[in-house]
Amino acid sequence: MSATTAQRRNRIWRYGSLLPAALLLIVLTIYPVFNLVGLSLSDVEWIDGRADTSFTGLDNFEQLFQHEPVYWAGVRNTIVFAVCAVTAQMIFGFAMALAARRASGFGRVALTTIFLMPIVIPPIVIGAMWRLLLGRDFGAVNTLLGYVGLGPVDFLGNPDVALASVIMVDIWHWTPFVFLLMLTGLESLDDEVFEAARFDVKTNWQELRYVTIPLMIPTILITAGLRIVLTFKVFDEVYLLTAGGPGTATEVINFSIYRTFFAQDRVGVGSAMSLLTLVAVAVLIVAVNLVIRARRKAKEIAE
Amino acid sequence: MSGKSARKGFLGGHLVAWGYALIIVGPMFWILSNSFKRQIDILMGTGFATPILDNYRTLLFSRQSDFLMNLWNSALVGVVSTVIVLVIATLAAFTVVRLEPPKWATFLLLGWALVFHMLPTLTFVGSWYVMFSNLGLHGTYTAVILTHIVHALPQTVFLMVGFLLNIPNDLIQAARMDGCSYGQVFRRIVLPLSFGGMAAAGALAFIQSWSDFAIALNLTDQDTMTAPVAIATFAQEHQIRYGEMASASVLSMVPALILILFGQRYVVRGLMAGAVK
Repeated sequence: MSATTAQRRNRIWRYGSLLPAALLLIVLTIYPVFNLVGLSLSDVEWIDGRADTSFTGLDNFEQLFQHEPVYWAGVRNTIVFAVCAVTAQMIFGFAMALAARRASGFGRVALTTIFLMPIVIPPIVIGAMWRLLLGRDFGAVNTLLGYVGLGPVDFLGNPDVALASVIMVDIWHWTPFVFLLMLTGLESLDDEVFEAARFDVKTNWQELRYVTIPLMIPTILITAGLRIVLTFKVFDEVYLLTAGGPGTATEVINFSIYRTFFAQDRVGVGSAMSLLTLVAVAVLIVAVNLVIRARRKAKEIAE
Repeated sequence: MSGKSARKGFLGGHLVAWGYALIIVGPMFWILSNSFKRQIDILMGTGFATPILDNYRTLLFSRQSDFLMNLWNSALVGVVSTVIVLVIATLAAFTVVRLEPPKWATFLLLGWALVFHMLPTLTFVGSWYVMFSNLGLHGTYTAVILTHIVHALPQTVFLMVGFLLNIPNDLIQAARMDGCSYGQVFRRIVLPLSFGGMAAAGALAFIQSWSDFAIALNLTDQDTMTAPVAIATFAQEHQIRYGEMASASVLSMVPALILILFGQRYVVRGLMAGAVK
């Protein structure tokens, strides 16, 4: 084999190895965004299972901004959802990680196993599970409340508590994830810093306030940012627990998109919703990344 | 801090963590026990009833239920998409990490992959639905498998990039000196050394596919329906079949539980690497 054929082969390999990934991303993630732009500017009819589009300008967006209160209720609920759920997850997760950091041996493995469960079982199963648990007349939670003379609470049917119930399920679902990230973060901290600080801090609280938390800021920021962005994905549990109801009490953005696009078959408006959501969340993602990066850079300069 | 208060905090910490563990395990036992109860016992809130297998029998073997086929569909889609995404992601990761492709290419690829990974899946599903319908592919395995591949691609690429960075560059340089082409380096050095990483990334890709509801709900039809979609239909019928919903849920948890019991190391490694990068 001459040197030139070998070189050519290597060049082919270099580009060829990236090709499948690039092609998939272009066809199935970038083209769909442009497709959405087209669909959101059109009226779509289905003829023989194929989409027949006719250009209608910004009609769909006008509809979305003026006549779709359900979507905007979903936007509000999703933001409330993200703020409440992530705050609680961060506090519980961090507190438990502080508490469990010195555990070791068998207890450690058993705990990790249990904490991984909610993260890896299908979210729809979590929906089914809590639907059984939170039922008004026969759910186990109400049975337990009954023992202490409370309830029954209609967790999923009462518009005043439904959103809180769904948020609670999400907290149950994702606190273990925050816990595991925080635990990894805490364990990667240098023990010498704590040794050195021992003479300056008098109480556990001071150690936490002046040593642990400042050192953990990067992990805390990354985890919180990640959880906030990922909360905008919430769909499965809501679908099974409440389907957005009662009324619009637990409507979330993704459920509006699903209902408009698929259940009501309004492809144009559904596309406008998808596109608006996509752009808004993309901006959020970039903003979160910039904050984390700026923070990291500031830290590097400080050191 | 004195040794005594440290020990006290230690004990308290254990209590808190195990308390939360109980809150996690409790609901799972509850759904497990419900899967062995008659509908009437579930509705009456009976705490203990003689366990029966009726729900599982109806779910798996009765003529009205397709759940066995749904499980098969989930497994098929999961295995095929996991194998393909592993190959594609490992190839791309090797090039990104060791072959120095143009900076803009890496930046675009990884940057967009990160953004796509975090965007709500449902903002893409509608577009996919229209695309696959126009191609006559709606409701086919092809549509679900392709979307599951691209859905798992970013995470798998990030994980493999992380794992491949651990392979010493010297090793690759040495092989290049001996006259190996990139392809040979990949086959003889990179592949054998990255099986651990591929196991972790593959486990997570499979779980992601197995758990997916948002995509499968809208891109499958009666024949290609996966298990999560079937579970959701139990809840929507006029008379909710709680017993079957519980037993279907239990069966759907099995792969995930097997993975954490036997591959905990890999799952944790994958999850942490995926989240921190």
